[in-house]
Amino acid sequence: MSTETAEKVINKPAEALLSKRRKSIVTDPLIDNNPITIQVLGICSALAVTTQLQPTLVMALSVIFVMALSNLAISILRNTIPSRIRIIAQLAIVATLVSLVSEVLKAFSYDMYKQLSVFIGLIVTNCIVMGRLEAFAMGNKPYDSVLDGFGQAMGYSWIILAVAFFREIWGSGSFFGIPVLDPLAGFIGMENLATNGLMVTPVGAFMILGLIIWVQRSMTKYVEQ
Amino acid sequence: MQQSNTYIIIFSVVLTVICGFLLSGSSQLLGPIQQEAIALDTKKQILGAVISSDEIGAMSPEEITAFYENHIASTVVDIEGEEVTEVEGTAITAESVDIGSNYKKAPEERLYPVFIYHEEGNPDNISAYILPLYGAGLWNAIWGYMALQSDLNTIEGVTFSHAGETPGLGARITEEGVQQRYQGKEIWGEGGELESVYMQKGEGRDYTNDPHKVDGMSGATITAVGVNNMLKNYLGYYEAFLNKIKESSPAKMAVNN
Repeated sequence: MSTETAEKVINKPAEALLSKRRKSIVTDPLIDNNPITIQVLGICSALAVTTQLQPTLVMALSVIFVMALSNLAISILRNTIPSRIRIIAQLAIVATLVSLVSEVLKAFSYDMYKQLSVFIGLIVTNCIVMGRLEAFAMGNKPYDSVLDGFGQAMGYSWIILAVAFFREIWGSGSFFGIPVLDPLAGFIGMENLATNGLMVTPVGAFMILGLIIWVQRSMTKYVEQ
Repeated sequence: MQQSNTYIIIFSVVLTVICGFLLSGSSQLLGPIQQEAIALDTKKQILGAVISSDEIGAMSPEEITAFYENHIASTVVDIEGEEVTEVEGTAITAESVDIGSNYKKAPEERLYPVFIYHEEGNPDNISAYILPLYGAGLWNAIWGYMALQSDLNTIEGVTFSHAGETPGLGARITEEGVQQRYQGKEIWGEGGELESVYMQKGEGRDYTNDPHKVDGMSGATITAVGVNNMLKNYLGYYEAFLNKIKESSPAKMAVNN
């Protein structure tokens, strides 16, 4: 009869692994909350590495790995990290993960390592990584944080792959290193289709990125507050 | 307790130790694999001075190693052009000479490896001499390999690499298009003195009629100056060796296979 003071323990059923809320954590960043086009974070590497598709793909996979694992680590530690050094602690974990990625690349894909050189290290400075750690992982459970890291990184990845697609076709006439513009020109009977040198420079990247942001925001009717 | 100074310090120490372990552990594990990758890459660079990068790209790592073993002989010389086979009791081969750390010594004390590109199975039929080069770019070290045809004058090809030049600017020294500009240029002048080859400022000019000039890279003048100095210095260091070869016949020189 003493129900006023004792709390009833309610056993909620455990949330499904891919419940609606969790699915939206992964899918929101693809369009509605895209880190590059909506939150406008992580532009630097979007401009720099996207000259060709292959390094861009390696970059995308590295960012997915770093974000998923760093979100996981920080989320597990979120109650033990002293708040006065939390930025430093986050930085230490991200830097360790990025160094691991760099070492693995150096061992197994030396050509890619040479091509990407400084940009792998610059993942540490990528605003998206630290941004999500602060905004999400510090206040959410581990599994949700992994999903968030994964989702945000996928949002980042598809944008840089899209930019790289246009820049490589238009700027170098190839797709993943395979020449396509010349055969295409032959196919339609022209001698050759000219490539656009501007696309190989960051200026071209900026333009393509701007166009993608424009198209995406018109489609989702997003207006900045 | 969580915000007390002691806790913060303990936390930091533990975090640092764990991260340190992870990094040094992976470094130990991956170290040998990385060394192999770097050695393979060095072989590719040496071969890149004499074969086109398309051909190299089509070869598997085993094929590259086999090709290297069949076609490249090597020797080490000092600044006088004299062959060096051992230093203080330890035998040395061209592959064991670290050009980067040699760069830190005075030129007279350095060891200079030479790679000889010969016909398969016939070390006396020499197609090219490949000389390693090392120098300073704008931000960090640059290095490369120059292949000279058997007349020891015409450049068969070059490859360049860098540690940290600006992508899109100085880093363009790794581009095949830039490296091809050196093909066919000459290093000796009319009067028989060493003239080297110089990358000019600005890009887009035609230097086909000048055997000592190549087109530059726009926006990357300082790196180009680094390349020019590297070529001039190292050709100077190898000059005694080159003169020796010119005087004697190649078959007399001892090579390590």
